[in-house]
Amino acid sequence: MKRGWLSIAAVVLVMLSLSPLGAAEKIIKMSTTTSTENSGLLDVLLPELEKDTGIQVKVFAKGTGAAIRDGIDGNVDIIFVHAKAREEKFVADGYGTYRLGVMHNDFVILGPAADPAGIKGMKNAAEALKKIAEAKASFVSRGDDSGTHTKEQALWKASGIPFETTGTEIISKGKKKQLSFVYPGALGKWYLSIGQGMGKTLTYAEEKQAYTLADRGTYLNYKLGRAQSLDLEILCEGDPLLFNPYGIIPINPKKYPHVKFDLADQFAKWLVSPKVQAMIARYKIQGQQAFYPDAVLAAK
Amino acid sequence: MEFLFDSFFSALLLLWSIDPELVEIVTVSLKVSSSSTIIASAVGVPAGFLIAFREFPGKRLLITILNTLLALPTVVVGLLVYAFISRRGILGVLNLLYTQKAMIIGQVILIIPIITVFTISAISRIDERYRKTAMTLGANALQTAWVVIREARFAIVAAVIAAFGRVIAEVGISMMLGGNAKGFTRTMTTAMALEYDKGEFVLGVALGLVLLTVSFGLNIFFNYIQGRARV
Repeated sequence: MKRGWLSIAAVVLVMLSLSPLGAAEKIIKMSTTTSTENSGLLDVLLPELEKDTGIQVKVFAKGTGAAIRDGIDGNVDIIFVHAKAREEKFVADGYGTYRLGVMHNDFVILGPAADPAGIKGMKNAAEALKKIAEAKASFVSRGDDSGTHTKEQALWKASGIPFETTGTEIISKGKKKQLSFVYPGALGKWYLSIGQGMGKTLTYAEEKQAYTLADRGTYLNYKLGRAQSLDLEILCEGDPLLFNPYGIIPINPKKYPHVKFDLADQFAKWLVSPKVQAMIARYKIQGQQAFYPDAVLAAK
Repeated sequence: MEFLFDSFFSALLLLWSIDPELVEIVTVSLKVSSSSTIIASAVGVPAGFLIAFREFPGKRLLITILNTLLALPTVVVGLLVYAFISRRGILGVLNLLYTQKAMIIGQVILIIPIITVFTISAISRIDERYRKTAMTLGANALQTAWVVIREARFAIVAAVIAAFGRVIAEVGISMMLGGNAKGFTRTMTTAMALEYDKGEFVLGVALGLVLLTVSFGLNIFFNYIQGRARV
């Protein structure tokens, strides 16, 4: 019996000693989008940041909605997302200190090589979506309130096909609130809303050989950066509507005194410095430029 | 506190208005979880019975392995099944991935060990004399088995309830193999994970409360069955 207690005590001690106690000082937390993370750019930038400034960044990759939510709740020190209108509202509401435009890439409409809806080479993204809907060809939607999903909903609206708004009523701060999202009407089995991140949506669309909207960075990584290349093709690109700007926003220390604003500020300024902007421009996936720096002129 | 109140009232609102989306999600959850529980029980209860009754070399090792499998992470099951049924897998032609069938396959693998292990322990706990008495009274093997199972029925039903609780509450397999497609494979847990991803915590917790309500209803039902069996 005595031996039993001793071994239990030993196990508990080992578990305790494994728990993380004590940490280095210069660590900030950043919430970003899955597409940023999946593009692989951070894997290049963050080690360089540590070399330059000693700052380590803990990255939490989520949908844009959740990343912004992390900022609103003061869970992180900085957010790096791509949904410009919502970012500006975030700053205007006092949660963020300022927004710096860092870079942009663009969205592309992907689909199977067989292209059952016949959209290959189309320049107008909304028209392309309309053709997919009319052909009732399978389309996989992020459906997770992310930046990509926000863009997709805007494109459906622009396509002019009848869309439906579905909503769920919840109580927020004691008041009824409607949560809604838009999807093409005459809904059949062709429209799949899966509520998952970019990488997952790509593999899902590949499995189902369906159309989907993706950011180019993640697509390139899945198409060319993996041993097993993604079995989907870019069928529509280049429409200005598909433009996708990324912004970085340090959380407001007036709202949340515990955030490490100094380090976050340093990181944001570092991102828009000419040196890093050049790094972003140089970042290539299999010879293709993935991001276009936006701040070269802004940084003096 | 406000957050919890909001969630609670949102849950009431969802239930009260019989939100069609919620009904769909709950239906998918119940359909998938009960299918996998029934299939796993059909395999696990007889398997547990045989293991408990037979003496064979390696029995202890087998039981240890089964006990280990109780800690089987859902992601491991998910990955394993994924590798087989994805388009590039051996069973890719069946087009199973991201269907309810795929979720059931994964969940069955997850809970067979649970049902088997608990059945073994339920049967082992039955006094040896029941079996011997039955046999001396001239019962054949099948009749003897029936006597023992009758004695162990509460524990076996408990095993099935535990297994059902495990699958209706798990999220890994449902997400990886079901894919969380709205209206097809979205379950209560994947819907909750999604609301978390979207930053809509109130709706997430509200769904959690609905899940508990549904489980509560089911357990009242099971309780009723057990109570009747006692008479």
